[in-house]
Amino acid sequence: MRYVHPLAAVVAAISLLAVAAPVAGLDIQLPPDSTSLRPGVGSDLAARQCATCHSADYVTIQPPGKPLAFWKAEVEKMKKVYGAPIPDEAIDPIARYLTREYGDGK
Amino acid sequence: MDRPAASRHARTRRHVLRALGAGAVVGSSAFRAVAAEKVTLPFANGERPLVQFPQKRPLIVVTMRPPQLETPFDVFNENVVTPNDAFFVRYHLAGIPTSIDADSYRISVKGKVSTPLSLSLADLKQMEAVEYYAVNQCSGNSRGFFEPRVAGGQLANGAMGNAKWRGVTLKSVLAKAGVQDGARQVKFDGLDTPVLATTPDFVKALDVDHALDGEVMLAYAMNDADLPMLNGYPVRLIVPGWYGTYWVKHLSEITVLDGVLSDFWMATAYRIPDNACACVAPGTAPAATVPIGRFDVRSFVTSLRDGGTVPAGKPFAMRGLAFDGGFGIRDVNVSADGGKTWTSAALGRELGKYSFREWQMTATLPAGTHDIMVRAVNSIGQSQPGEPLWNPAGYMRNVVETTRVRAV
Repeated sequence: MRYVHPLAAVVAAISLLAVAAPVAGLDIQLPPDSTSLRPGVGSDLAARQCATCHSADYVTIQPPGKPLAFWKAEVEKMKKVYGAPIPDEAIDPIARYLTREYGDGK
Repeated sequence: MDRPAASRHARTRRHVLRALGAGAVVGSSAFRAVAAEKVTLPFANGERPLVQFPQKRPLIVVTMRPPQLETPFDVFNENVVTPNDAFFVRYHLAGIPTSIDADSYRISVKGKVSTPLSLSLADLKQMEAVEYYAVNQCSGNSRGFFEPRVAGGQLANGAMGNAKWRGVTLKSVLAKAGVQDGARQVKFDGLDTPVLATTPDFVKALDVDHALDGEVMLAYAMNDADLPMLNGYPVRLIVPGWYGTYWVKHLSEITVLDGVLSDFWMATAYRIPDNACACVAPGTAPAATVPIGRFDVRSFVTSLRDGGTVPAGKPFAMRGLAFDGGFGIRDVNVSADGGKTWTSAALGRELGKYSFREWQMTATLPAGTHDIMVRAVNSIGQSQPGEPLWNPAGYMRNVVETTRVRAV
């Protein structure tokens, strides 16, 4: 009886598979999110609430000099339409932090 | 004379912070983020990192998570077809798929149909294929130029791209399933999901007549290759001539409805003023809105940069591109004197009515500063406004672009 190394069949099967069925599908690894909010009064609260769903650049790229009403509307939108579990009492401190650091400062 | 940033052509100034080196490894196991360069988009707070995401060259980062990546404008001067690795990326929700098995991937077709289906990639590839070029453009492309500025993704002009899409028509898929009487809309869901269960999933709908127009496509190839993951691998919806919000990525469910989808993404977001210009007086709110639809007409100079130089007193070649919502570009007019006189440019090869259309012309300018303007007209006479139109969401910007150059 001719001796066949037990691995030969496996190797043959693998090479056959490689020809017949090339790797189907796609895997990617996203780069880490290294964005952050500027430190300041309320920054921890803001970071905790915002970072669940998005990177800090959602905040930091916004047009400069906008008033409290702009930032408050954004925070309320996150709660009301995007369903963020932001406690009512946190809305104002977050909006004030964002206005101070990224808005008109008032 | 200084002009407001809003009237300037998008340009990027690269600041090399450190050499790219060999650090950018794109792959499934050994990825390292390399923010080697920054660009400054020409509006306030316009500094952005360039970061290489998987299957992409370094692109302008609007946001990291979920990824929103803008194409550097120089790319549009290199080819009328946008390379896959430079094509812009826009997600809404951070639960994006990073691993998809092509063999077990299925698209379900259900709702008001006679025969619900579960289609594999192989099933789609056995059906009759269609192929065409089409521009995809984000509704908020160029939002950063709005004045007054508005909230949202602060984009210059790079959230657009032109690709050759191959796949099957939605019409043929729906014919297999059999659309029942009384169908009004078809809704589309993809594999991307919200982080929180309380956030509305990204689901969009088209009217049934639109869905059955024989052009809307389920695309499994982009420029003769698989779609990059971040552009919707393995199948995305192509809605030619319509804004990217309808081009659902990683398409997983097609549902025929006997009503009108009124989720957040149709009823609240992606709506424009219900009037002919899709505009309101700057800073005001529209009285009524409708879902965004077709692209308006746009055109760009791609071979010149704002603030660049051209040779004085001798002919030089200019080129750029134009596109519209699918009626086809009829004419591109270029002015080298700030809009006083206009000359018709030569149009490049026609790649279909949904594609970018290239234009070229030769000009000779005396020494000094010149405002180069470009304005396209489509086959039904639609063109571009001389002054920017405004709406609160920052959609559909299509003002005549001005590029200031100095002839020396």
